[in-house]
Parts: sequence; structure tokens; C-alpha cells
Amino acid sequence: MKFTSVFDIIGPVMIGPSSSHTAGAARIGRVARDLFGRQPKWAKIYLYGSFAETYRGHGTDVAIVGGLLDYDTYDERIKTAFEDAEKADLSFEFIPEEAHKEHPNTTRIVMGDDEGEMSVEGISIGGGKIEISEVNGFKLRLTGGMPAILVVHDDRAGCIANVANCLAMHNVNIGHMEVSRIERGLTALMVIEVDQNIEDRVLQQISYIPHITKVSRINN
Amino acid sequence: MDVLFQNVRELVERAEQEGKLISEIMIEQEIAITGRSREEIMKQMDRNLTVMEEAVERGLQGVQSVTGLTGGDAVLLQKYIASGKSLAGDLLLDAVSKAVATNEVNAAMGTICATPTAGSAGVVPGTLFAIQHKLNPTREQMINFLFTSGAFGFVVANNASISGAAGGCQAEVGSAAGMAAAAIVEMAGGTPQQCAEGFAITLKNMLGLVCDPVAGLVEVPCVKRNAMGASNAIVAADMALAGITSRIPCDEVIGAMYRIGESMNPDLKETARGGLAATPTGKALAAKIFGGAVVQGQ
Ligand code: SF4
Repeated sequence: MKFTSVFDIIGPVMIGPSSSHTAGAARIGRVARDLFGRQPKWAKIYLYGSFAETYRGHGTDVAIVGGLLDYDTYDERIKTAFEDAEKADLSFEFIPEEAHKEHPNTTRIVMGDDEGEMSVEGISIGGGKIEISEVNGFKLRLTGGMPAILVVHDDRAGCIANVANCLAMHNVNIGHMEVSRIERGLTALMVIEVDQNIEDRVLQQISYIPHITKVSRINN
Repeated sequence: MDVLFQNVRELVERAEQEGKLISEIMIEQEIAITGRSREEIMKQMDRNLTVMEEAVERGLQGVQSVTGLTGGDAVLLQKYIASGKSLAGDLLLDAVSKAVATNEVNAAMGTICATPTAGSAGVVPGTLFAIQHKLNPTREQMINFLFTSGAFGFVVANNASISGAAGGCQAEVGSAAGMAAAAIVEMAGGTPQQCAEGFAITLKNMLGLVCDPVAGLVEVPCVKRNAMGASNAIVAADMALAGITSRIPCDEVIGAMYRIGESMNPDLKETARGGLAATPTGKALAAKIFGGAVVQGQ
């Protein structure tokens, strides 16, 4: 079952005009920021397929920048995201690409600040639902139908078990899990697909586990 | 995961056997799947309802989209209704106007609640806020209207599609209209089976509808598709309440919609390459919007 909640159908509450090109885009921007762990100082936003062709009319651009500023899909400030970004010291550039990706609504956000850089590729699969397909060049295989937790952590023994334990304690069932190294011996990324949407307190508890640097989620 | 229903037949059977409304079955399933409390779930839907009310209110004051392609029609309709000259009847046109209002707000980058998508967000609230004046529902009954719509949308989303890119506009506005029809029937006191008939009659009449937005934007023909979706829903609901049934069962209509979507040419599935998007005027508008002076989406 791809859609599990009535709020997938009656929802999300969002700024128009398109659930895939606006709400989905904002969500990708926001997950990217979450994964980076803080607001980046600069961002290069590559757009593919239908995103590249129609981003201006759909507000895909302001939505992604809004997401980078931590705005949710329904945040009215999405409309003024460009000006807000300037005030927040975030510079950005949109680069529509000719190349075709597997899915028509794809964006790759390369962002950074004085302390680091990260690239996150996301696709908007419809009705505001998104998938994250790549982080720092590492391919992720998220089915998109299930909610997922993304955990950036130090590449150390025990991290994975601790996170799994924490989820077990909250009765969260893991459907699929993948770990990839972003920088060998330094940082790794855990992608965990789960059966139900994750509550804030579970995320918070994961973030308290030693060697966990960032936690983000994609609820469905 | 405990799923209480996979298709419309199971949904109706369960409701009739347990003597419950379809909305109630949807709420019970939401509790079972997410583990959230009834109170929380009702509250979230209440918030969605408020967003819909505010969107309609804003649209009825008159809005314009960034591109200038849409806006202002909801106001024109309200004025026309007030003139007392309407042929179709005030309730029907009120629903149409409120559906248009929502989509105009959506096109103008206002806040809406996707039902089931942003492009088709006008039909369900448009019909709800029009029949509200006739049936005088409680707030809870209005929230239930959204759960009943959601129950049918849930079946379509999982067994067929609610995305124009995957199934054409029949999957978006077609689904939305069917969802609205079913919810209207329940609010008007019809049986769960009559809800299913209302859904089936509506969707049957939107089968084959292609997704061909001009310039790829959710404006033309989307706003007017919502208008017709709303009127289709109300007429089908009346037919179901009159005791008319669909010869083809609801689930089979949904199956037909899915297969039609699968065989639909990709040019007619949200790529803006066919249909109205490919007309001389459609292409000229696209060139004007994206060609020269581009209006930033702000
Ligand atoms: S024409 Fe396409 S974009 Fe417009 S409402 Fe229908 S499905 Fe959505």
C-alpha cells in the first residue's frame, strides 16, 4: 500500500499551486537542510525534467529556498523566501539542466558553508510525497511509500545497533535499512524505512545517542 | 498493518454490517494504522477544514495568479448568482464558484489543502461549503465529510492513481469529484451503498479526461475542471439519493479508470505536450510566460 493515511488524501496543507512542484519541492529543501544540520550559507540548486521546465511558474524555486530556510509546505513565508534568504545570509543559484533523470521531478541541491559541503538529490513523486535519491553521490533506494528516518553519524561501531534499539523501544518496526559512508571512517548515513510516521520525541531521542550528528525524517 | 478495507466493496460492507457511517470506518482505520488518538486525528482534520474555509473566503474576494492566466472567476459567478438570473440553480453555482475560488487561490500561491492533489483541491470544499447552507451540518459532520471523501480517495490512490502524471485528469479531478459525491450522499442521509453509487456515477462520467495543463501550470484548464467536477459531483449525488444505481460496480469503475490511465498517451499526462497545452493559443501562452519577461514566483 502506497498511501497509508487519510491525510495523504486530504492534505497536505500547502502553498499552491502544485503538490508535486511546490509542496514536494519545499519538502526536499527542508530535508536537505535537516541533513546538512544547519542553514547553509550558499546553495546551488540543479533542476531536471519537468522541474527544469516549469519551475518558475510553479514556485518550485521559492519553495526549495523556503525549505532550506526550514519553512514547511504551508508556511506563507515561502512566497518571500528569496528576500528572506538574503536577510538570512543564504545565497542561491538555480541551474536548470538539460540532462534527463529517471524521474521528471528531480532536483539536486549542493549546499555548504565555511565548515562543510553536502549534496542532496530528491524527487517529488506526486501529491506532495518525496523521495531522497542521493546524498553526497551515494545512491539511496527508498521506495517512497514508507516513512523514513535519515541519520548522519560518525562512522563508528555500535551506532547502528543503538539507533535500532531506540526504535525498538518505541515499537517502531524497521522495514528496510541501508548504511552508506559519506566520508570513510568519518561520517556515515543510515537510511531506515519504517512502518509508521515518526513522532518528534523519537527523533529527539535518536539525536541524543552518542556519535549521532543529524537526524531527519520523511513522513508519508 | 491493520487495514479495514482495501476496496469500496469492503468499505461499504463493513459500514453496513456495523451500522456505521463511512467516515467512521475511515477514522477507525486511521487510528488502527497510525496509532494516533481519535482526538488528535479529528483535530488535524478540523485544521484542514479551516484551511479550506479560509481559501474559499480569500478566493471569493478575488485573486489573480502570478502569470495572470487565472483569477476573478469565482467573483464573477457570485455576482451572477446574486443577480437572480442563474439557470442551473443557486446551490449548484455556489459550489462551482467555491471550487473555482479554491483553485484560484491555489494558482495564486495561496494556502490550500490538497484534496487529493493541489490541482484538484477545489471540488471537495466547493461542494461542502455549498450544501452546507442547505443541510446545516454540525462542525463534526463537516469534518466527517472530509473523512468520507478521504476513504474513497484512499481506495483510488492505492488501487489506481490520484496523480495526473500517472493517470490523467480523470485520476485527479475525476477522483476528487467522486470523493465529493460520496461525501455529499452521506451528509444528505444516504446509505453507504448509495455513497458508492454516487462515486461510481461521477467517475464514470469523468473517465478518459486527460491532463493537459497549458505551460505545465496548474491553471488552464485546471480551475474550470474543478468547476465541472463540483457540478458533476452534486448531480451524481442527487441521482444516487434518488435511488439510481451504477450498473458497473464502483470498484470496477476505479479499475477501468486505472487501465485507461495506463493506456493514455504520455503527451496527455501532465507533460504539457498534448491536448489544450498543444493548441496554438496554449503554445503561445507558454511562450509568453516562459519566453520573454519572466515573472518570478513570488
Ligand atoms: S489538468 Fe492535470 S494538472 Fe490540471 S487539474 Fe487536471 S490533472 Fe491536475
